[in-house]
Amino acid sequence: MDWLFQQTINGLGLGAIYALIALGYTMVYGVLRFINFAHSDVLMLGAFSAYYIAPKIEKMCGNQSVLGCIMVSIIVAAICACIGMTIERLAYRPLRNRPKLTVLITAIGVSLLIQYTAQNEKVIGATQLPFPQLLPEKAFQFGKIVISSNDVLTICVTIVLLIVMWFIVQKTRVGTAMRAVSFNQQAALLMGVPVNRIISFTFGLGSALAAIAGILYAMKSPSIEPLMGTQPGLKAFIAAVLGGIGNLPGAVLGGVLLGMLDAFAGGIPGLSSYRDAIAFGILILILLLKPAGLLGRSTIEKV
Amino acid sequence: MPLPGAKRWLILGIALAVIVSYFSPQFNRYYLGVAIDVGIAIILATSLNLINGHTGQFSLGHAGFMAVGGYFSAWISLNIGATANAFWYFPLALTAGGLLAAFVGLLVGVPSLRLRGDYLAIVTLGFGEIIRVFAQNTEAIGAASGLKGIPKLTNLGWTFGFAAVTIYAISALVNSTYGRAFIAVHDDEIAAESNGIDTTRTKVIAFVTGAFFSGIAGGLYAHHKQFLSPTGFDWVKSIDIVVMVILGGMGRTVGVIVAAILLTLMPQFLSDFLEYRMIVYSLLIILLMLWCPAGLFSLIPKRRKS
Repeated sequence: MDWLFQQTINGLGLGAIYALIALGYTMVYGVLRFINFAHSDVLMLGAFSAYYIAPKIEKMCGNQSVLGCIMVSIIVAAICACIGMTIERLAYRPLRNRPKLTVLITAIGVSLLIQYTAQNEKVIGATQLPFPQLLPEKAFQFGKIVISSNDVLTICVTIVLLIVMWFIVQKTRVGTAMRAVSFNQQAALLMGVPVNRIISFTFGLGSALAAIAGILYAMKSPSIEPLMGTQPGLKAFIAAVLGGIGNLPGAVLGGVLLGMLDAFAGGIPGLSSYRDAIAFGILILILLLKPAGLLGRSTIEKV
Repeated sequence: MPLPGAKRWLILGIALAVIVSYFSPQFNRYYLGVAIDVGIAIILATSLNLINGHTGQFSLGHAGFMAVGGYFSAWISLNIGATANAFWYFPLALTAGGLLAAFVGLLVGVPSLRLRGDYLAIVTLGFGEIIRVFAQNTEAIGAASGLKGIPKLTNLGWTFGFAAVTIYAISALVNSTYGRAFIAVHDDEIAAESNGIDTTRTKVIAFVTGAFFSGIAGGLYAHHKQFLSPTGFDWVKSIDIVVMVILGGMGRTVGVIVAAILLTLMPQFLSDFLEYRMIVYSLLIILLMLWCPAGLFSLIPKRRKS
């Protein structure tokens, strides 16, 4: 019983991070109908920006202070939003009216470019770097169950960001425009929605979420390296498909489910080395049984 | 329509492979190894070209199928092969590896190919990871330390013989009335479907055929390097093959073959290149997609076959 609770809490902590990343995938998919392969690398860049910025902020705000942590997060989110928008402007926008395959290949190219440039000795190098502690870490003990303050923080941050995202998408002018672009890009253009600016904004928003997820992920695992984004990126993608790609609540649901799966499979000896395989097995099953995802509605492509 | 010309090239290619292979003991061993690498790359690139080029899908798991074929045929060689007639069981072991790869391709392809293109990319990417995990945890095929002591059976003859068969089979398939469906699916899936083409079936056939030849290439690779390690088939290997296809121009058989030769030879002669290889490849992918999506050799006009 204790074990069950413990794994549920671990799973929620991990699932919250997957949910944040999955939101970025799903939002970009919503407006552009393609998978932004470079999303997981933006996450990695977020973690590395935090790595380089944190010591400078700590000098100003004191060691492991809440204010410092918030400042680091905001600066890193802004940096990653700029990176995301730049990628969109340079690599994806010129291909807007080309076949989907071309954009997909370019996205993979961008992802590889970021990964391997970062891995080069002269840039960052492939070695693991210790991530600084941004906040003091505590472990709360309830009977046999241990809850780390990091998990609590992750879950709280995710819930707050989800509410903010929901507010932006449902209640603001920009959000209405985003939904319009997602519904029908050409009609939105005719109605006077600045489609390019909205797509750019969506990329910025998604990348900022990836940056926060990157910081949270780095705080959870003690070290960072240029390929750190691949694993959570793939899991988050599965989460987005599981919940129904293009669907915001679905991404969160999928993220939490995937996090649980990771925690439970990881907790059973003998099964832990197969947990990635299990995740992909689930992806294949979902595609086979319910391709639109748990919360998605299936649509038929019309000419 | 299988052209008589294509058949002539096939026979010529095999004959040349056999003759060259007869004299190959006199060649420098290093260059011989490189030549076999080139042949394997040609098989891989041509078979991926059927999926990514002619049919317009996007697979990132070609190295995974190569691993399936390679491991299976190597396992056959190590467990059954020692007693059998070495000359005849080798092509059979290769074919068995190819068939298993094709079967796995069917399992992976059916769920993902019913859907839009991007799902295939992710599923095949994940599939490569699954193969790696299984290879690392299965004792029968050497687990993490790899499979050692595979007999050296691959020679120039078999490699280029299979390369010729691959090129012939795939170009004959694409140029048949049946194979026009691949190009139709590539050009416009909705239009193809409304003309009565079973698009899912077509995509699955292309995918499974590609996986089969990739499995054969894996078998050749296993009996050439005599050692298989689970990390040798990661997605960098898949990207290598993808770059060959993109550089050569998706759907251009000759271009893809030339690109496979060039990209295999380049690291051999430019040793500094290895460090920057993936950066250059990724830049090449992006720039080619932006400015020249038909590949570097798109200046050579595609030959029209009536």
